[in-house]
Parts: sequence; structure tokens; C-alpha cells
Amino acid sequence: MTEQNPSVQRPLSPHLQVYRLPLLPLMSISHRVTGVGLAFGTLVLAWWLAALATGPGAYAVFTAFMMPLGGLALLGWMVAIAYHFCNGIRHLIWDTGHSLDLESAEKAGIAVLIGWVILSVAMVALALFFWLT
Amino acid sequence: MAKTTTSPSLKAARGLGSAKEGTDHWWMQRLSAIAMMILSPLMILLVITLIGEDYATAVAKLGSPFWGGVALLFICASFYHAHLGLQVVIEDYIGSHAARLVTIILVRGGLIVLGLIAALSVLRLMLA
Repeated sequence: MTEQNPSVQRPLSPHLQVYRLPLLPLMSISHRVTGVGLAFGTLVLAWWLAALATGPGAYAVFTAFMMPLGGLALLGWMVAIAYHFCNGIRHLIWDTGHSLDLESAEKAGIAVLIGWVILSVAMVALALFFWLT
Repeated sequence: MAKTTTSPSLKAARGLGSAKEGTDHWWMQRLSAIAMMILSPLMILLVITLIGEDYATAVAKLGSPFWGGVALLFICASFYHAHLGLQVVIEDYIGSHAARLVTIILVRGGLIVLGLIAALSVLRLMLA
């Protein structure tokens, strides 16, 4: 039998069933996910504008299709754009070579999350205001 | 030992480097991002103020020079930015060269078609 040397500290691979992405990688992949989601959102944007340009009939088809889940889609669009906007600013700051160390990246990440929540709440509140009045 | 006659600091690329290009993709993605820092809040405001409004109000608003212009500029910046971003995502996740190329071309083509539909619709509303 070979003896295991307890003083050798080898890295352990992540235990996949309990592994959670740390904040920064989670925020990084979220930027991608929201970006791809927003790209798919251009389908709805193009349809909306085309329906408006075509006429009331085409617009009625669009609103009828969007009506049950349209509000939810709009909510998702606003939340996604708020995140991509805030985190995009962090990326632009990184591109200048600033706050690239772990501590400032995490600080900026938390600032992004706070800004994201504030922007999202403000947008949803404004949307509800225009919807209900 | 013979003294070298080459110019100093050859280890660093001078100007844009010997290839003269290659930074366009990165640079344009940033420029379109900066453009959208101004345009996307305006676009969101445009969409939000049209919630619950009828067809005629939406047509009138998008036909106005200011809001129509906002929509047109947002369409240019966002479809371009989406194209550049999706290309990076595709390049990262699709290993096969052929599949990668075909996907990029299809995505680019789709975004050009969608972007033209969106932009021409706004133009039609503005010129009506």
C-alpha cells in the first residue's frame, strides 16, 4: 500500500452536485444569456414595427398574439436590458484597463447588481403607471 | 558580437501592427455599446409610454421626427451590436468550422432582414 502524504495539498475538483458558480462567473454568463435573449427580442421588435407600418389589421394580429404573455415578455425585456446595460458599463470600464483585480471586480459587480435592481424597479413602476393610467 | 541595426522595441507592435486590421470587431462592439448607453434609455421610454395606447397614438409617435429618429438609430446600433455579440457566442460554442461559418452567415442574414424590416417600417411611418 502506498501512503498518502497529508502535507500534499492537491486541488479538489468541484463536486458537481453541490457546486455553485461564484458571483463573478455567474454574472459573466448572465451577460451572455441576457445578450442572446435580447437578440431574440429583436424578432418581436421587428414584428411590432412592421405591424404598425402595415396597418390596424396587422397590429391587431400582433397585439392579439402578444396579449396573454406580452406583459411578461416586456417585463423580461426590461429586466434583461437593465442587466446587460449595467454590466456592459462594467465591461467598458474593464476595457480601459481599470478595476481588473478580483476585489474591485467584485465591488463593481455588486454595484452592477444594485443598479440593475434600481433600474428594473424604476422601469416596471413607470410601465405600470402608463399601463394603468 | 555585431550590433543589430534593427529599430528598437520590435517586441511591441507599432501602430495597428503588421496586419493593419483585426481590431474592428472588438472596437465596433464597444462603439455600438456606447451609442446604446444613450439610445436604449430613450427606446425604453418610447416603448413604455406606448403601453396601453391605441394604434393611432403609436403610429403618430413613431412617425414623429424625434421618436422615429430614436427608433431608427436604436435599430442600427442594436442589430449591429447583436450581430457582433452573437458571432462571438457562436465562435465560442460551435467547434466545427463548417457549422460555425454556416451559423454565422444565417444569423447575420437573419439580422439584416429583421433590421431592414424594422428600419423600413419606421421610415414608412415617418414619411407617411
